This record gives sequence, C-alpha cells and structure tokens, in this order.
Amino acid sequence: MSGLDRFVATFLDLEVGLRYGPQILEGLVTTVGIGLAVVATGLACGLALAVLRAFGMRPVNFLLIQIVDILRALPPLVVVLIIYFGLPSVGVVIPSAVVLWLSLSAILAAFSEEVFWAGITSTPTGQWMAARSTGLSFLQTLCYVILPQAVRVAIPPLTNRTIAITKNTALGSAIGVNEILGQATSAEAFSANATPLLIASVLYVLIFIPLVIASHALERRHAVWRR
Amino acid sequence: MDALIQEFFNVPIMVRVAPMILRGLTETLLLCVILVPIGALGGLGTMLLATSANRLARGFAVVFIDLFRSFPPLVLLIFVYSGLPFAGVRVSPLLAICVAFFLNASSYYGEIYRAGVLSVPHAQIEAGRSTGLTAGQTFLYVTLPQAVRNVLPELLSNTVELVKLTTLASVISAPELLHSADLARSLTYNSSPLVLAALIYLVLLWPVVRVIRRLEHQLAPQ
Repeated sequence: MSGLDRFVATFLDLEVGLRYGPQILEGLVTTVGIGLAVVATGLACGLALAVLRAFGMRPVNFLLIQIVDILRALPPLVVVLIIYFGLPSVGVVIPSAVVLWLSLSAILAAFSEEVFWAGITSTPTGQWMAARSTGLSFLQTLCYVILPQAVRVAIPPLTNRTIAITKNTALGSAIGVNEILGQATSAEAFSANATPLLIASVLYVLIFIPLVIASHALERRHAVWRR
Repeated sequence: MDALIQEFFNVPIMVRVAPMILRGLTETLLLCVILVPIGALGGLGTMLLATSANRLARGFAVVFIDLFRSFPPLVLLIFVYSGLPFAGVRVSPLLAICVAFFLNASSYYGEIYRAGVLSVPHAQIEAGRSTGLTAGQTFLYVTLPQAVRNVLPELLSNTVELVKLTTLASVISAPELLHSADLARSLTYNSSPLVLAALIYLVLLWPVVRVIRRLEHQLAPQ
C-alpha cells in the first residue's frame, strides 16, 4: 500500500465517516451549547465582578483578587477533575456537562474580570468627575459613562482569551461529556480508524477559525499598541 | 464541613501519596523545561516568517498561526498521539506531547512576538541601520529587545498557559503531576491528592501570575 493510499484509508475513510458522522454532529451541538453557555456566564460574571471591584471595598477586593489569581494560576483540567470527582463524595451530584460549564465559566470570569477592570481603570478620571458633577450617582456614572467605554477597550483582548477558554470544552471528553472530541474518540475506538478524529478536528477548526479571524479584525480596529 | 475536609483536605492521605505526586512533579518540570524553550523558539521562527518581506512566507505564517489558534490543544494532542499510529507512525507519549504543544505554543508565541515587533517604531530600525548595523544586527540588538519588553506580560502569561497545558498530557497517560494525582485519587477514593496537585500548581504559578499583574500595571498606558 503506498503512503497516500494508507493516509486516505486511515484519515479519509468515507464509510467510517458516514457511519459515525451523525454521532459526531451530536457532539457538535453539545460543544456549541456548552461553549455559548460558558461565554455568556463567564463574561457576565466577569463584568459583574469588575463592577463590584469598582466600589472599592477593601476586604472584598482583596478576596476577589486572590480568587481571580488562583483561577488564573490553576490548570483548567485540575479544576474540572476536582469538581467532578470531589462533589459527589460530599453528596452533591451534578451532570458532567454542568461541571464543565461551571469550571470554565469560573475561569473565564476570573480572566475577564481582570480585563474589564483594566478597561474601567483606563477610563480617564475626568470622565468620572464630569459625570458626577452633572448630578449622576456613582452607579449611574458607572453604568452610563464608564462601562460603555471600558467594555469597548476590553473587547479585543477579551476575544483571544474567550476563544482560548472556550476551546477547553474539549476537556469534557476527560469526564465523559459527549462533546465533539468525546464522540470522536469513542468512534475512533469502535472503528479502529482515525477518520472520526479528522472530522472532529475539521469541525473545531470550522467553529473557531471565523472567531480567530474576527479577533484579528477587532485587534486591528482597536490597535493601541503601547509605544 | 467535616465531610468536606475529609474529602478535599485529608492530610494523612496527602502525606501518603506525596512521594507518588512528587515523582509526577519532576515529570511535569521536565516537560516544562523541554516545552517552554522549543515553544519560544518556534514562536520566534513563526514571527520571522510572519514579518518577512516574502509574501509566501507571510501567508504561510498567518495560516499556521490561525490554524493552531483555532485547534483545541487537547484535540491536537489526541490527533497526534492516537491518530498517527493508524497511519503507521508510532509516537511515544512524550514525542506526541512535544509535537502537539510545539505547534500550539509556536503559534501563540509567534503572534505575541509579532505584535511586539510591530510595536517598535520604524524609526528605530532606520536609526539602527544608519549607524551601520546590518539588518540582522538591527533586529537582534535594536528591535528584539524592545519588542520583548513591550510584550513581556503577554509572553509570561503565555508561558503560564503552556505550563498549565502540560496537564493535558495526563489524558494520554503521560506520567506527569496531574496524572499521578489522579491515579492516587483512584487508589484512595479521595479527592485530596487532586487538591494537593492543585496546591503544587498554585505554588509554581501563583507568583508568576502576581508578577504579570504588576508588569501589566507598570506598562499600562497612563
């Protein structure tokens, strides 16, 4: 068998692809669902935490910074495994997809809190003073004046991080979530053929490459490289 | 409360599995010592392609960077480790980890270096060239040091990400820290070994995260 034939038989087996395609597409639905849930929850919590930090309550902020740093330092798979194996032993039983969603959301919240906070602090103090002197309350200033500017600054650095964390939905395969990778590896084991893995890889690239390209475009539009 | 401590902070169990976990730690450190330099060098190569005058090289670099930024590292690792043997190429776990994470890290580091190089004003290069430095010397002594300084927080934070990435090796049963902790968990029916591993990762990475926080603060535009 020549090299090319062997490659085709291993990675491009049409029959295997057709047999396991539907199963992998089901995984696609799960991946996209969990991914969207993680992005929504993570970013919303991150923004909420950044707003909380803006109130400047020292003990709260101290605690917040420690928790954010811990979540930034811990490998996602460690967080996923501790929650997945630990909670049932203390009587809390949650589905593995929920474990994945919670862990990744917490991690995204930690990273995005930091970026949103950087956005808030980068807004000139004059903006605060001007808004307050027109009679807006602290909260109104934050919501109507500061946050719209802060969020705009935060979007380009956030897209990269959000993509990187959302890609981690593939970790679900380690705890039995039937997302793309999980479906593909079990199909690979059943069929003794690598075609399902190639299908999975193509699906991931198809999901994420538009986002990566969009993030480049965003970066170019907001390019403010420090000089 | 007691149940929580028993499950997550069981000191006798932690002490019992410590030797096993420390062996995993040495493997993790070994992985880092291999992966960080090859990733950083690969990134430098990618950046050279991405900023070169040759359109073909630039196109290749852009496709390379975007492809591996949209490829989840775990998928890449499993593809290399369990896909290639079907095609007759046998790879050890260590080699699979090195290949997969080299590709991943090169694209991320490459993109960061590129941003750094682009952040150096062009006048710096002109000034360097006009003092008689060659293009290579200008790059090495003028552009690169400033580029690295400008993106230092991003470089460090990517290195932290790379160290965190080594945990994925446990999925293909490479004997690193998380894998030995997970093995200890299944032997003791208790999550404390995982918590111990988490604590070790914190000891390794928390200081770096703090340094990154400081650097970001110092370098932020006023």
